[in-house]
Amino acid sequence: MSTITFGKAINEGLRRALADDDKVVLLGEDIGTLGGVFRITDGLKAEFGEHRVVDTPLSEAGIMGTAVGLAYRGFRPVVEIQFDGFVYPSFDQIVTQVAKLHYRSRGTVRMPLVIRIPFGGGIGAAEHHSESPEAYFTHTAGLRVVACSNPADAYVMIRQAIASDDPVVFLEPKRRYHVKGEVDLDASLADARPMGVATTVASGGDVTLVTYGALVQTARDAATAAAEDGVSIEVIDLRSLAPVDYATIEASVRRTGRLVVAHEAGEQGGVGAEIAASITERCFDWLEVAPVRVTGHDIPYPPAKLEQYHLPDLDRILDGVDRALGRPNSLSEVEA
Amino acid sequence: MTPSDREATGLLTRPDDLVRLLDQSGVRHASPEFDPWVADVDLDALIRLHRDMVVVRRLDSEATALQRQGELGLWPPLAGQEAAQIGSARALHDDDFVFSSYREHAIAWMRGVRPDELLSVWRGSAASGWDPYARRMAIPQIIIGAQTLHAVGWAMGARWEGTTSASIAYFGDGATSEGDVNEALVFASSFDAPVVFFCQNNGWAISEPVGLQSKQPLARRADGFGMPGIRVDGNDVLAVLAVTRWALERARRGEGPTFIEAVTYRMGPHTTADDPKRYRSDDDLAAWRERDPITRLHAHLAASGADIDAVDADVKEAADRAAAELRAGLTAIADPEPMSVFEHVYAEPNSHVERQKERFARYLAMFGDEDGGTA
Ligand SMILES: Cc1ncc(C[n+]2csc(CCOP(=O)(O)OP(=O)(O)O)c2C)c(N)n1
Repeated sequence: MSTITFGKAINEGLRRALADDDKVVLLGEDIGTLGGVFRITDGLKAEFGEHRVVDTPLSEAGIMGTAVGLAYRGFRPVVEIQFDGFVYPSFDQIVTQVAKLHYRSRGTVRMPLVIRIPFGGGIGAAEHHSESPEAYFTHTAGLRVVACSNPADAYVMIRQAIASDDPVVFLEPKRRYHVKGEVDLDASLADARPMGVATTVASGGDVTLVTYGALVQTARDAATAAAEDGVSIEVIDLRSLAPVDYATIEASVRRTGRLVVAHEAGEQGGVGAEIAASITERCFDWLEVAPVRVTGHDIPYPPAKLEQYHLPDLDRILDGVDRALGRPNSLSEVEA
Repeated sequence: MTPSDREATGLLTRPDDLVRLLDQSGVRHASPEFDPWVADVDLDALIRLHRDMVVVRRLDSEATALQRQGELGLWPPLAGQEAAQIGSARALHDDDFVFSSYREHAIAWMRGVRPDELLSVWRGSAASGWDPYARRMAIPQIIIGAQTLHAVGWAMGARWEGTTSASIAYFGDGATSEGDVNEALVFASSFDAPVVFFCQNNGWAISEPVGLQSKQPLARRADGFGMPGIRVDGNDVLAVLAVTRWALERARRGEGPTFIEAVTYRMGPHTTADDPKRYRSDDDLAAWRERDPITRLHAHLAASGADIDAVDADVKEAADRAAAELRAGLTAIADPEPMSVFEHVYAEPNSHVERQKERFARYLAMFGDEDGGTA
């Protein structure tokens, strides 16, 4: 076991993938000499050379489109999008090409691309640097969308994503890059939990709290705080947003009868809406109350000095839990 | 070929095809083609150009210092690019419209943007600082290259309405690789839009040398889009002024777009979050220091018989005043109210946002923060 940061865990996962398979290539802006603006690819160009770790021209559509061509040829491209808000120039290539080529070619063409996106807020950044674009991708058939929340998962999941024959949108909660955790660098993929399976990171019997990415830690903190108050929260780290591991959520909700879903992205049309609807369909008879969403507002990501009012924090999650429990909460008088 | 090899092909330094009126040591060279465009620029006007450059350099270093002190979240320094920005900004008419990226603080300053308006975005207090219509300058663009299309659309409209105003799009060398910029060039050309594409080739796109974006001088790309492309010494404020005036006049006469490549250098980091030591050599920097835009005009002024002590005293006073204004501007920026996150999402009432807003106000009110709920 090594104790390394989240960022270093991804770096190690990429290193391992580059070493294991010479068809793996990394593409992106500033990822070579600089090692990426977050230093996630630090040292990899020096180790594997400029044809494996490629500094590309400043063009997201160019990067994504050429990655498609590389995949056509049997490569396994791992693309770095510098910040969440810059994925959109390549959106067309992702949703019309990357996502659909396997289907359109009736299974002949594989698109084993990984699209790494540092996502989410909480770092006081400039505009377009803190977005949560996941719903755009979960709405597109053909893409897998995953979000890891801790170094151990990051190390394994990036390798699983690269090994997958499907395109994977790989979301990295950037505000967690510097958080340390234990990672087994010799972990074998064969034994690892599949990336499509959720993890129960805290057990509890009163409320099921589902989240992913940076909010997993906030949710755990909320569970700890609630425990002092006599409320026991089960926290599920979703890990995969498309497809969602409903079996794990369902089993939990059947025990607790209450569901809260939390994410930084806006409420409307979000991953939380999808989970709330699906769980209502599957667990209607077990639910004590309607599922609750705790999300970012449906606004453009606000300036840094306002992000604390946008991002769900511990208190907002606890308020959501109170709603699920029918305790006094922010809505008790309005929507009682 | 590695990017650094490509850089060595001379994309930045090859001097032969650059329009230059003032050389590195401040000696004025004649140019039959471009002298007429700056015939009105007398000694006094040169002194003013010099003062503008010194002032914006000071504003820039002051803002960089404010960032280091934690007063700003981020700052993209312009040091080294003063001549490119001041020279081109001075060529604009009041009714022209600027579409810029995030580094054009000097242009904003020339357009009358106040210090608090300039800093509020970088402080993280507001989504934008100024009224684009009042300043005739769009709010800065962070998405690389997107503004070039906006400049073209504005110019198409200006032409269709029969006006003689033009737009100017500022972008970097890296931006020329983006699809948007290439599409902007196509539209501008197809519609003979009165737009000037002003590329500040400052050598770097964060860590990537310009040689990674192009194997030829960027201005040569213009040919393929059917418009003139011209390279100018971006550290020569007089040449930049001349070339930009020429391009704007073409636009006004209905002759369509022009692509200007101002060859300059980003002396500092990409932004205050960047560490250029990881990718850039000290030799490079030293060589560019010798081409400094301010030093060369200063030398020229001295050689032209200006009272250089008076010039120095005057610019010092002007720079000090601007720096003081900037600091005062900073303190004028109030922290935004929590409920302001919901402002301006839509131009018209929107039931969904209204409902979210009400719910959030109730939430804030639970903490006994009266203001929170009503701000
Ligand atoms: C679409 C998009 N992709 C990536 C980025 C991240 N980024 C910000 S500035 C920059 C480099 C820009 O270089 P250049 O166009 O040469 O302008 P300069 O900053 O040198 O003035 C990059 C890659 C961005 N802002 N927008």
